[in-house]
Amino acid sequence: MSTLFLQQIANGLLDGVYYLLIALGLSLIFSLGGIVNLAHGAFYAIGAYLTVVLGPHIGFGGAMFVVPGLVAILGVLVERLLFQRFYRSDPILSLLLTFGLAMVAEQLLRMIFGAPPLSYSIPGWLRGQIFLGDFIYSRYRGTLILIAATCILALWFLLNRTAFGRVVRAGVQNPDMVGALGIALPPYMMAVAAIGIGLAGLAGVLLAPIYSIHPAMGQEIITPAFVVVVIGGLGSFWGVVAAALLVGLVKGATIGLGYPQFSTAVIYLMMLLVLLFRPRGLFGERIQRFE
Amino acid sequence: MSAFIRPSRRGLIKAAGATALLGGIGMPGISRAQSDVLRFGHLTPRTGFLGPLGEFAVMAADLAVEEINAAGGVMGRKLEILKEDSVNPQTASTKAERMIERDKVACIIGEISSASCLTIAQVAARTKTLYVNTGGNSDALRGANCNKFMFHVESQNSMYVKTCGRSLMQQGLVKGKKWFSLTADYAFGHDLLKVAKRFMEANGGQFAADKLVPTDLTDFSALLIEIRNAKPDLVISNLAGNQITNFLKQYSEFGLTFPVAGFGFDTALAWAAGKDNFGGTWPVVWHHLIDTPNSKKFVQAFTAKYKKPPENQAWGDYLAVKIFAQTMNEIKSTDSMKIIEHWEKGATFDVMKTREGYFRKSDHQMMHEMYTVQAVGASAKNQWDIFSSSPAVPAANESLEVIATTAEENECKMA
Repeated sequence: MSTLFLQQIANGLLDGVYYLLIALGLSLIFSLGGIVNLAHGAFYAIGAYLTVVLGPHIGFGGAMFVVPGLVAILGVLVERLLFQRFYRSDPILSLLLTFGLAMVAEQLLRMIFGAPPLSYSIPGWLRGQIFLGDFIYSRYRGTLILIAATCILALWFLLNRTAFGRVVRAGVQNPDMVGALGIALPPYMMAVAAIGIGLAGLAGVLLAPIYSIHPAMGQEIITPAFVVVVIGGLGSFWGVVAAALLVGLVKGATIGLGYPQFSTAVIYLMMLLVLLFRPRGLFGERIQRFE
Repeated sequence: MSAFIRPSRRGLIKAAGATALLGGIGMPGISRAQSDVLRFGHLTPRTGFLGPLGEFAVMAADLAVEEINAAGGVMGRKLEILKEDSVNPQTASTKAERMIERDKVACIIGEISSASCLTIAQVAARTKTLYVNTGGNSDALRGANCNKFMFHVESQNSMYVKTCGRSLMQQGLVKGKKWFSLTADYAFGHDLLKVAKRFMEANGGQFAADKLVPTDLTDFSALLIEIRNAKPDLVISNLAGNQITNFLKQYSEFGLTFPVAGFGFDTALAWAAGKDNFGGTWPVVWHHLIDTPNSKKFVQAFTAKYKKPPENQAWGDYLAVKIFAQTMNEIKSTDSMKIIEHWEKGATFDVMKTREGYFRKSDHQMMHEMYTVQAVGASAKNQWDIFSSSPAVPAANESLEVIATTAEENECKMA
């Protein structure tokens, strides 16, 4: 194998990490509340726009902490006012709700900030490249991966090693039993929505310096993120992580082999294969109430 | 999504009732206003990946109408413009038809997508109504698909390629040089690639690589690695819309230093990339720094009204509305056939550049000057003036037609 091809594989793996911040929140909200949040991309877009607005005042570093918090608060409002009413109803209804919400959010961004894309650059202290032998990588992306990896590990710890996580995991499997044990699930639902949506906000901050910031940017990311969740298996933490890396790897290999024109189509092909042969996803858990 | 929606009977009755009501209210208004109001139809994408440019088109058309009415309207009548989001080629043609049949517009103006230009032009030909294309670049619209009722204010792909190509020749980046080309994988990109390849081969260049890029690809890192590995003499972009912004931002992020040039471009995309990231040589049909009295007046009026300078797409729609009004006032008629006759005879127009422009009879393409812009980098005064301009192309002593397609390159047989 040529070093160029190896570079493409490595770059692809890293590429997959960008989807993870979005995909994990999507999977979390679905597995606990049964809501496929098609508006998840909108929160990512709002995160990016807030970065453009607040960045000049609080700096990129400040935005990294403040913006996800603001987006999470917005998430709590949406959860309390809207999602909550749909946890027990037909998933089609929440699908329509969040689809509409995504369109409303996109149009609001267009009305407030205008349709032309806004500019935002990598802060000076994160500019530059990293060279490892033949391999080139941007210093900014290196930092981005570290931040994303830290968030992912923290989320795993929260879900698997804390009392909070135990209730959430039990709630995923059997909400009625959790209720019978005297634990009120709604505050947990709210916290999960805040975390999931806050992560989407963080993704917006992190990708604002390297991607085009425009009202429809949420739509752009929601589809591949959703594909990652489907491939990985709903409700499986490591399944989603593995799927994100796999999607990145296959994309990298496709470009490495000289077929960039198929690089986005190939992930949908993967989803098709998974749905045909393993509909629950690669690592999908059995969730009683969805069976 | 629509598969999930099952309209209830009550919903259907409500919708039907509402439509009937709207129709009842709307129709008398239109017939009453007919005598003292003249209508133009304006169609352009306002959502989707061309939406950002469409917004400038709409703002400019509004400004033009405002100025025309302030100066007494068209043949003493007040000018009104009906504006709609063209969405996609099918919707564009449906809306064009409705504007012509129901709203009795005198002409249709607009578009950015070449595919939608084509469907609108078919409606225009069928209903014998004039259509002026302000943003579709494909050569085929002026060649195989040309038609008597369609004129083009926007330049064709060949004009963009030959304009930028001249600058590349001067920089010594063509003869014997290797190009790494990235092309948007849809009709516009393919058409542009064909023209770019013809230019490159005719002038002694060759491809180091020639890659098609899906329009929904946002991450260029993998392609940047390929470019770095291929060590080309020049990186060529035949990309479109947000792809260009994403590419410029990430090209700067990876610190690659090969010269960059593109054959399709809009200034809004450079503004979105920002002065830290914008780089390379790019062709434009017009830009806000052109130093002619009328261009400055337009920029001033636009900036006063909208608090930002006009993008090159604004120029096309502003100009098309103005040209229609000027022509109708001059020949004292709104009749399509009379306007075509007038334009085909070689009427000239102030196009806010150093020379006047005119529609070429053979393919209805507006002959006018073009420019290339180059990034000025950190020395930019503000977020808008981030490029400097070449002198007008072609030069003052040359025919305006030297950058356009020849009859052999792009044959147009008008019915």
